[in-house]
Amino acid sequence: MSQEELVAAARGGDQQAFEELVRQTYVGTYTLAYRLTGNEEDARDVVQETYLRAWKAIRRFRGDAQFSTWLYRITANTASSTTQRRNRSRSESLDDGGPEVIDERLFANPEASQEASALHDRLAAAVAELPPKLRTIVVLKDIYDLPHEAIAEELGISVAAAKVRLHRARKRLRDVLFEDRGGVARAV
Amino acid sequence: MRCEDVALILPRAVDVGEPVDIAVQQHVNTCLACQAELARYHKLLKALRTLRSQYLMPAPGTLALTLAALGESGERQAIRSVLSGRRGAYIGALGGAAVAAGAAAAAVAFARRKAPRLAG
Repeated sequence: MSQEELVAAARGGDQQAFEELVRQTYVGTYTLAYRLTGNEEDARDVVQETYLRAWKAIRRFRGDAQFSTWLYRITANTASSTTQRRNRSRSESLDDGGPEVIDERLFANPEASQEASALHDRLAAAVAELPPKLRTIVVLKDIYDLPHEAIAEELGISVAAAKVRLHRARKRLRDVLFEDRGGVARAV
Repeated sequence: MRCEDVALILPRAVDVGEPVDIAVQQHVNTCLACQAELARYHKLLKALRTLRSQYLMPAPGTLALTLAALGESGERQAIRSVLSGRRGAYIGALGGAAVAAGAAAAAVAFARRKAPRLAG
């Protein structure tokens, strides 16, 4: 069954079809949830809540966007409400190193793996270090390519505010990754 | 226009289709430092986009827990649906009984009115 057929079946109330969609998409949803929340426990909660919300709302999914994009929006909304709800007393220094990373491109081009891996490690670390409000926007816009309007709607902020946060986040990432040394910028 | 002013605009200017002031464009076209800075932002965006193909593996059991939560939610929904069906049946039965009782009362009242009074 194709993803479109599974979505159609799920819209008709077929829970098994929806569970198959979960199996196909949960790694991607978890990845986004982790990038938004910054820790495994919250990411797991967000994944569960995202699929519960998606199951309840699937009849309203019109298919204007891809199923994955629709799911990203629910994930963003869920992660936003989860992080707002959380008591931030938990220290981020309790980070256990995070989940295992699987880069699809490394399998396609092993020669590029070393360089790409180093670059992505630095970049992923820099993104993770951003304040949550800036991190959320840069993840949704620059990594997942959601439009400003969708991001603003899911986060409950104005489009202008979303853009300002994005530009601040990019500036910070630029400063971290291209640290100036005597007027000469160090490459990523 | 100074490079410091342009530097504030470049995080926005790097977006395709984003309108950029003509003075900024002219400055960048003639300033090697700002061209290099713009190139850094392009490189940054390209690298960010590639992060999308870098998946993070959830801890074992995440999928099972998610499916279990969905299953519970489905069961709750089914129970609610059954209960709401029964509630409908109860309401229907009560309504029917009320109508029947009303009809019976009306029939009795009608019969009493028609019955001849006994001479006292």
